[in-house]
Amino acid sequence: MKRRDFIRKSVSAGVIAGTALSFGGYGKLFARIVDDPLLPYDLVAVRDGEPGLMLDKALEALGGIQKFVKKGQTVVIKPNIGWDVEPEKAANTNPLLIKRLISHCFTAGAKEVYVFDNTCDNWTACYKNSGIEKATKDAGAKIAPAHSEGYFQQVSIPNGKNLKEAKVHELILSSDVFINVPILKSHGSAKLTITMKNLMGIVWDRRYWHRNNLNQCIADFATYRKPDLNIVDAYHVMTKNGPRGVSKADVVTMKYLIASTDMVAADAAAAKIFGMEPGLINYIQIASDMGVGQMDLSKLNISRIKV
Amino acid sequence: MNLSVLKKIRVIFSILYFIIITLLFIDFTGLIPPSVYDSIVFLQFVPSLFKFKNLLILAGIGFILIFLLNILFGRVYCSFICPLGTLQDIISFISRKIRKLKKYKYQFLKPYRFIKYSFLTIFVFCLFTSTSVVVSLLDPYSIYGRISSGLFRRILTYGNNILVSELQKINMYSLYRVDLKAEHWTILAVTLFFFVLIILFSVFKGRLYCNTICPVGTFLGLCSKVSFFKIEINKNSCTRCSLCIRSCKAGCIDIRNQSVDFERCVACYNCVNVCRDNAITYTTKKSLPEIKPNSNINGNTRRQFLGILALILAASIKKIKAQEIVTNTATVRTKRQIPISPPGSISVEMFNASCTACHLCISACPTHVLQPSYTDYGLIGFMQPVMDNQAGFCNFECIKCSEVCPTGAITPIELGSKKLTQIGIAHFEQRNCIVETEGTDCGACAEHCPTKAVTMIPWRNGLVIPNVTSEICIGCGACEYACPTTPYKAIYIEGNKVHLTAREPDETTQKKEPEENFPF
Repeated sequence: MKRRDFIRKSVSAGVIAGTALSFGGYGKLFARIVDDPLLPYDLVAVRDGEPGLMLDKALEALGGIQKFVKKGQTVVIKPNIGWDVEPEKAANTNPLLIKRLISHCFTAGAKEVYVFDNTCDNWTACYKNSGIEKATKDAGAKIAPAHSEGYFQQVSIPNGKNLKEAKVHELILSSDVFINVPILKSHGSAKLTITMKNLMGIVWDRRYWHRNNLNQCIADFATYRKPDLNIVDAYHVMTKNGPRGVSKADVVTMKYLIASTDMVAADAAAAKIFGMEPGLINYIQIASDMGVGQMDLSKLNISRIKV
Repeated sequence: MNLSVLKKIRVIFSILYFIIITLLFIDFTGLIPPSVYDSIVFLQFVPSLFKFKNLLILAGIGFILIFLLNILFGRVYCSFICPLGTLQDIISFISRKIRKLKKYKYQFLKPYRFIKYSFLTIFVFCLFTSTSVVVSLLDPYSIYGRISSGLFRRILTYGNNILVSELQKINMYSLYRVDLKAEHWTILAVTLFFFVLIILFSVFKGRLYCNTICPVGTFLGLCSKVSFFKIEINKNSCTRCSLCIRSCKAGCIDIRNQSVDFERCVACYNCVNVCRDNAITYTTKKSLPEIKPNSNINGNTRRQFLGILALILAASIKKIKAQEIVTNTATVRTKRQIPISPPGSISVEMFNASCTACHLCISACPTHVLQPSYTDYGLIGFMQPVMDNQAGFCNFECIKCSEVCPTGAITPIELGSKKLTQIGIAHFEQRNCIVETEGTDCGACAEHCPTKAVTMIPWRNGLVIPNVTSEICIGCGACEYACPTTPYKAIYIEGNKVHLTAREPDETTQKKEPEENFPF
């Protein structure tokens, strides 16, 4: 195992180093000596690049993946894999982004990286057709199931108003690092689905949320466990008929990526990119009022990067 | 040719075939490609007869092949191909290894003609009148299908889940849990009844089931009267040692008259192997076995027959609310009046008439939306698969059931036309909807809808409420499955008696010019 890990890490490190070098000036990726006086940033927004490259830039601006993943830690990555559709329909997180993120985690010395989602459509079909199962395995991480109540454990949400308890996937409870990687999409009832809404995929009984004021429950659950990092995929954006979408006509290529440890801030920025005022997205407003994070972007230290 | 090779061929072929067909029924991983199903199951007599009748295609040629084989060699179907037959052989084999059961030696049996012809008559009558429930109950392949899908597959998933929970503790996720919805107890009872019946018959009387109850066995038996090759006893060489009788599962060797009742012979070739005098031949020589008709009804079998009838009646008496679960906010009882048959089945009536309830599609369905019906179709479709949106919903991208169906009850359908096949239509009951009763956002139904037949439209207080565009709804049941209201759903599918074609979903392209700068 150890030798295999070594080889895997060396290869992924090599890939990243190669990519970094090829784009020039990003050798700092390894040096981690970032001499930006504005550090640390609350939020990084990158645009006009390919998903993997935008991720590299965002992580660099945040001070490197090592800030989030330490040697020997286990990491759980939660993309949106909710639907049995191909990547181009943008209902699921871009597999290229997931693949690159996993490589970064292993570069930082992660012991294991797990990827899962409690899907809406048939889970095996979602994992396969989203391209995420393959991306995960190719990058050396493990894809975990989340389609049965047996994978979830009861937790209490002390600060929740309507949602006082929920069953949460065991990997969220057992992993050292939790990285939330949603895709920005339109949503029939919640208006938009971004970081906070994506957490519906780490719990078991979603119907309870729908019965008990969806927006309040989304905000309630955001008080439970802050992801260590949120990365919003806004490369292909489903601007209507979300969250499942009907055809590729629902998708606009925007080429954005947002990274932040603050879910409210990330959702607010993503809403702006989508073209909506964050205050109109009910759960963003509620979460902000509950003190989950900062929705006023003017109060944040933001790094804006154009590739 | 050395005749002893016949038994070897039979044993090897039947075991291999049995293993493969069992794998089809117990595979909960979906790893077996759909193309394998048809190449294995097409040999099953009743399903392929149905397929031929339904589709008039070459795929349904299996029964003709079986018929020809039967005319040539006798009941090879019963010993080589019928999974229920092989199951009986396996049980007999095991039971003869158990000391206490060893004493039940095979012996010459009465032909029980009255019973077997009665079952055959009923079966044929029901076949022509499309009384599917009786066909389903008696077709040996379908009985085996239900045993392996309803019992073996369940036991396997329980075992799997125990293993998974152990692996889970050490963060191993290469295997995964499989949660199956429990069948209605009557369906489980019928399956168990036949399983126990089969065990009893095979332990004590060999293949007596095949020669009394099984209509396929009886029919092929009648055909084998004119078979080309027949098992015969050479009276000149036979020493009446009775070894052959002890090995004859069908109990069809009458040693006193040194004759074989070939109608009951299941072509297992056991006798050929044990005969020390080389007196048993498998030849084309014609001779007429002299066996007196015997109309004596066996009491046990009659009781069993009455038992089946009683079960059917019991199933028809109690109506249940299969589509309901219980808690609070919804107050209007919503229950579909017309059951939903799977896409490809064309109409509920055609589906009911052609399905033998073998449950192969139920085993193969990745979302478990296909469940054995209890009263959904009425008595006629008892045990036939029905779309159960409490258990799941029909995956938009899936046509697996139509690929595996051996009877043509679910006709092969292209994915493109499946996506437009309207098996039912969503009905919205606003008085149950969360948006109305709780005054909060929900939208679970619209979220899941693959065609956007269900959308959220502006309502009061800035809320949005579901709206159904019937023409583009295909009745997949995703909305009903996702709807969180209890005890009744606020949105449910009403089946289409005859499947219709939905309009293609709306598609409007959009152009969005990217802004020069960050919007914040």
